Amino acid sequence: MRDIAVVGIGMTKFGELWQQSLRDLFVEAAMKAIDDAGVDHIDSMYVGSMTPGLFVGQEHIGALMADYLGAAPVPAMRVESACSSGGMALRAGFFEVASGYSDIVLVGGVEKMNDGADVTYALATAADQEYEVYQGVTFPGLYALIARAHMHAYGTTHEQLAAVSVKNHKHGMMNPNAQFPREITRDQVLKATVIADPLTILECSPVSDGAACAIIAPIEIAKKLGKPVIKIIGTGAATDTIALHARADITTLNAVKQSAMAAFKMAGKQPKDIDLAEVHDCFSIAEICIIEDLGFTEKGKGGEFTEKGHTGISGQIPVNTSGGLKSKGHPVGATGIAQVVEVTEQLRGTAGKRQVKDAKVALTQNMGGSGASSVVHIFQKEV
Amino acid sequence: MAGIVGYGSYLPRYRIKVEEIAHQWGRDAVAVKRGLMLQEKTVPGMDEDTITISVEAARNALKRAGIPPSEIGALYIGSESHPYAVKPSGTVVAEALGVVPEVHIADFEFACKAGTEAMFVAHALVKADLVKYAMGIGADTSQGAPGDALEFSASAGGSAFIFGKDDIVAEVLNTYSYTTDTPDFWRREGAFYPLHGGRFTGEPAYFKHILGAGTAILEKGGYKASDFAFAVFHMPNGKFPLTAGKKLGFKQEQMEPGWIVPLMGNTYSGSSPTGFSATLDVAKPDDLILLVSFGSGAGSDAFVFRVTDRINEVRDKADKLKDMLEGERFYLDYGEYAKYRGKIIMND
Repeated sequence: MRDIAVVGIGMTKFGELWQQSLRDLFVEAAMKAIDDAGVDHIDSMYVGSMTPGLFVGQEHIGALMADYLGAAPVPAMRVESACSSGGMALRAGFFEVASGYSDIVLVGGVEKMNDGADVTYALATAADQEYEVYQGVTFPGLYALIARAHMHAYGTTHEQLAAVSVKNHKHGMMNPNAQFPREITRDQVLKATVIADPLTILECSPVSDGAACAIIAPIEIAKKLGKPVIKIIGTGAATDTIALHARADITTLNAVKQSAMAAFKMAGKQPKDIDLAEVHDCFSIAEICIIEDLGFTEKGKGGEFTEKGHTGISGQIPVNTSGGLKSKGHPVGATGIAQVVEVTEQLRGTAGKRQVKDAKVALTQNMGGSGASSVVHIFQKEV
Repeated sequence: MAGIVGYGSYLPRYRIKVEEIAHQWGRDAVAVKRGLMLQEKTVPGMDEDTITISVEAARNALKRAGIPPSEIGALYIGSESHPYAVKPSGTVVAEALGVVPEVHIADFEFACKAGTEAMFVAHALVKADLVKYAMGIGADTSQGAPGDALEFSASAGGSAFIFGKDDIVAEVLNTYSYTTDTPDFWRREGAFYPLHGGRFTGEPAYFKHILGAGTAILEKGGYKASDFAFAVFHMPNGKFPLTAGKKLGFKQEQMEPGWIVPLMGNTYSGSSPTGFSATLDVAKPDDLILLVSFGSGAGSDAFVFRVTDRINEVRDKADKLKDMLEGERFYLDYGEYAKYRGKIIMND
């Protein structure tokens, strides 16, 4: 396989973007990424999107986006893996370039969630329709079960869960693309409207519109483009039971563990080598489980680790410097690529106030459903 | 110069508190009260509807105007709860007031802006000398589906304004309307309850139109927010009007007298007109008042009024809004509320 680098990044602001349609969002992010890369063409494209059909009644968005980007007749297709659609689009593009079939590939993600659709229903299609959704459970309900189990098994407190939201909002305040760039306090989180006990609304990622794109290319091309070369040194993906109840231990996200192991192995790295990570904090408890399952802290200690500030920008392992899904926003299909945008900024040293000092190796972790799919990438700045 | 020669309002005496509705649906009352800035809302009695509310409000307006009802040449009622789909509310009201038969009547509908539409047209006819007096009424027994966020706000009440050229209480200095096709809230023929686009009703609907109309009328008249003694904005909840007012440069004190939504709820077509009525109750001669309505679909009507010396003569001739709001109230539990609002299905 060839060595590959991220050569261009671009994203829209995340939020309730009433003036922009699905295609407007994608084209804006794609044009920014192409401009950032300074390339004059792309060879193919992958568009990550969870369910544009349910959100805005539009399928076939590979061709649609190629058309509106003015990129037709390049090959284009949509990649779907629920909320990990963006990360999986990167993985698909990665293999196309690594194989030598294509040189310059655009990988993107987009979701237009605020357009009148029943969002809770659309998102719930990522759970098991026959065994979970049929019983009336929604994603906040599933993650609340995980939270209760984690609290029971490891003594994790609600205050520790709230610390995830407080920290991510603190980071998001410094991100001009964030949907909710405001500080929140632990008390506000704990006293907010309960969505699914114990999770309050300030522990649930929002409903967002947005798009993010990245251009990837072989390292030889990257070196000619004049920007810091950000190599993708590892990719890993894994699956788990789609239904939460089928797992032996619901506090462990096995797909996260497996995808991380594969990516670490390929990269020749260990959790301690990572300088910062963007992870899938769709709910506060998700970030706690993920940092444990990625190996940043011991199983069961994620709450305490977060509460002590070890995942803050100047902590041991800064997590979600972008604000994460909670503060930056979570247009589901775009999230995986927005994570790539953040780590690329960090490794280039252009993350402004959010900059992690001397960042050289970064990790992204993007997840679908209640952890039935997970995809991890590891990036390294070429020195 | 044309303007208002008489104004009056009416609110039912029945109330239901946010806590009672929240309890019914397992919602957190503290969070709802904080989020919507509402405490309670008016509920129409079993024999009250848009017509009876309009009659009561109009009678109060006539008391203040002191004119013979028969001289009213046009009467318009804006509402989204006209009792009949076909057959006007206005004819019943005009008959009850003694305005018939030499009168032009129409019922208006434009979601929550229908009341200011009635005022807008009534003012225009008087200004054009087509009629001597014209009455514009905004009244509603608002609908909100059980369990929906609207149930916390949808309430009942209304206000009536008589426009004329003599003995004016508040002159109309400017008007401005701002309208686009924005489907944020609607009720189809035959449906019991309105549907809405959730958060779409905020930024692209309410704020775009209120701020669009507000900004334009200030510019058009060469006004600054500080020129006004008071400002009234449509009140779908407690938070929206304060946010919109602040964006236009108004201070909370300027909005306070007309910000009656925490105790009244959202009387839809009667909302901003009743806030304006409450403001006239406390206004002084020469005060400037800005009124901006909002109706889903969507549009805003804006008016700039200048209060005259006559306000001091007419103010006490009818009940004031604050007294209706804070006077004798009968609190309903959810079961009684369901009965009063006809939510209990009977065989006949």
